[in-house]
Amino acid sequence: MSLIINHVSYYYNKNTAMEIKALDDVSFKIEDGEFLALIGQTGCGKSTLVQHLNGLLKPHEGAIYFNGENIADKDFDLHTYRGKVGLVFQYPEHQLFEEDVFTDVCFGPKNLGLPQSEVELRAYEALKQVGIADEYFYQSPFDLSGGEKRRVAIAGVLAMKPEVLILDEPTAGLDPKGRDDLLHLIRNLHDKNGITVILVTHSMDDVAAFADRILVMNAGQLVFDDEPRNVFANEEYLNRIGLSVPEVTRIMHLLYQKGLPVRQDAITIEEGLQACLEILR
Amino acid sequence: MLRDITLGQYYPTDSVLHRLDPRVKLLGTIVFLLSLFLFQNFTGYIIATVFLVSMILLSRVPFSFMVRGLKAVVILLAITVLINLFATPGIPLVSFWKFTITKEGIRSAAFMMLRLIYLIIGSSIMTLTTTPKNLTDGMEKSLSPLSKIKVPVHEIAMMMSIALSFIPILLEETDKIMKAQMARGADFESGNLFKRIKNMVPLLVPLFISAFRRANDLALAMEARCYQGGNGRTKMKPLKYHLRDLAAYLILALYLAATIVLPRIPALKL
Ligand SMILES: Nc1ncnc2c1ncn2[C@@H]1O[C@H](COP(=O)(O)OP(=O)(O)OP(=O)(O)O)[C@@H](O)[C@H]1O
Ligand SMILES: [Mg+2]
Repeated sequence: MSLIINHVSYYYNKNTAMEIKALDDVSFKIEDGEFLALIGQTGCGKSTLVQHLNGLLKPHEGAIYFNGENIADKDFDLHTYRGKVGLVFQYPEHQLFEEDVFTDVCFGPKNLGLPQSEVELRAYEALKQVGIADEYFYQSPFDLSGGEKRRVAIAGVLAMKPEVLILDEPTAGLDPKGRDDLLHLIRNLHDKNGITVILVTHSMDDVAAFADRILVMNAGQLVFDDEPRNVFANEEYLNRIGLSVPEVTRIMHLLYQKGLPVRQDAITIEEGLQACLEILR
Repeated sequence: MLRDITLGQYYPTDSVLHRLDPRVKLLGTIVFLLSLFLFQNFTGYIIATVFLVSMILLSRVPFSFMVRGLKAVVILLAITVLINLFATPGIPLVSFWKFTITKEGIRSAAFMMLRLIYLIIGSSIMTLTTTPKNLTDGMEKSLSPLSKIKVPVHEIAMMMSIALSFIPILLEETDKIMKAQMARGADFESGNLFKRIKNMVPLLVPLFISAFRRANDLALAMEARCYQGGNGRTKMKPLKYHLRDLAAYLILALYLAATIVLPRIPALKL
């Protein structure tokens, strides 16, 4: 699997007075098995970008190549492609519609044209993966709690067995436990099943803990494409574009300014701890 | 995807029409719509065309944006034109099988088509240049005398304004849900009519649920801020007439006079 985003630009309300350039010449590459984080201020174009990745929006300039094929081509099979590159929207629980949880999760694989037995098997597996217990399977999805609905909606995408899983702010509005559970689920999918993950998030701590690589966007442009450590070395610039560094990095920077000779490249709690222990020895 | 529906959509730009008092625009639209049904010959249409074209130019809204509203009614247009074309008795011109086209038929079909097109463009000019808020304010104020005879003018205006402001929200929501279902492999574009209707279920159920949720939230929010209907309610920005509004009324009066008088002058009858 390889996904190449080549000089993509996109405008909302093109050719009207309300034209907005939501993506401005964005280029990057996604490799098999990566865990990518996409961060940026509200309105910088993250959701617009991820909708391009699974072919819901077509670039006005530039192109996106999946295994060498342009996904905007007329004869490109978008239907199958959307099964391979799964997208979980912001607030995905709003897309639930079936009478019961299980049938709703079946919707995706069924659309892929799989036989009924395979569809049900996948739905079952996906629901198990997200930790929904059997007794909820035949309840109405509207009777579930917010966090449970979210997990069912994610299962709806997982059931299509995507190679790439894109999640647009999956933890928005969840309580701390719900967030942790969900992030560990995503981590597991990546580590155990080898799924390539693209996570859109506002939490720098999550990014530092999980991502191999960070894409930072500002006003439609891609301003960083690097390892977390290298990105978080630019605290001042990140602050200027409305972002921050992980709490630990911030503390290390402050300690350094107060005269403690700590290393400053710590981005997770463990690394911070190590850095402190080093100077105590 | 769903940006073709222009009726009830505001196009933000700065023009004379945008700045006019909504009451002027309301009356103007009504006068224009009425005038379309007043005249029976082409002289009238020439005057209406001149008027409409000047309004389009004044509004500074791109013409393509206005025509988009027509797309939604193409079928209605076609049916009306066909009925007029074939069902008007008169001097036959062409006839085949059971159908005959008459001279009168062509004339009334052309009139009807122009009428409908002008009607739609005329009313979209008003909505494109007036914010929903302004529009309902204008309506409320123009109709306020009716509240003396127990017509719930304020309530009607409030309902209208809520409905209008919900249109773009619902469109956006529809777009979002459609995309989310398409990401799950849903197909809204192919198949026969029956299949397509069935395919709408994954779109409509979440849409209704979200509409109800929004309505409920809004009702609560209004109550939490002590909304209790129109009694004793004042406006933050009360409507006031300016010089340009008077000028606009004058132009309207001239237009009305012209559409009544000119087509009746024998020398100008076309
Ligand atoms: N359907 C739309 N029509 C018009 N403009 C839009 C639309 N969707 C997004 N935009 C605009 O495009 C820009 C990028 O929006 P986008 O939703 O991609 O931001 P985002 O980075 O996902 O923000 P957030 O973190 O708030 O989700 C914003 O300025 C937004 O106002
Ligand atoms: Mg977003």
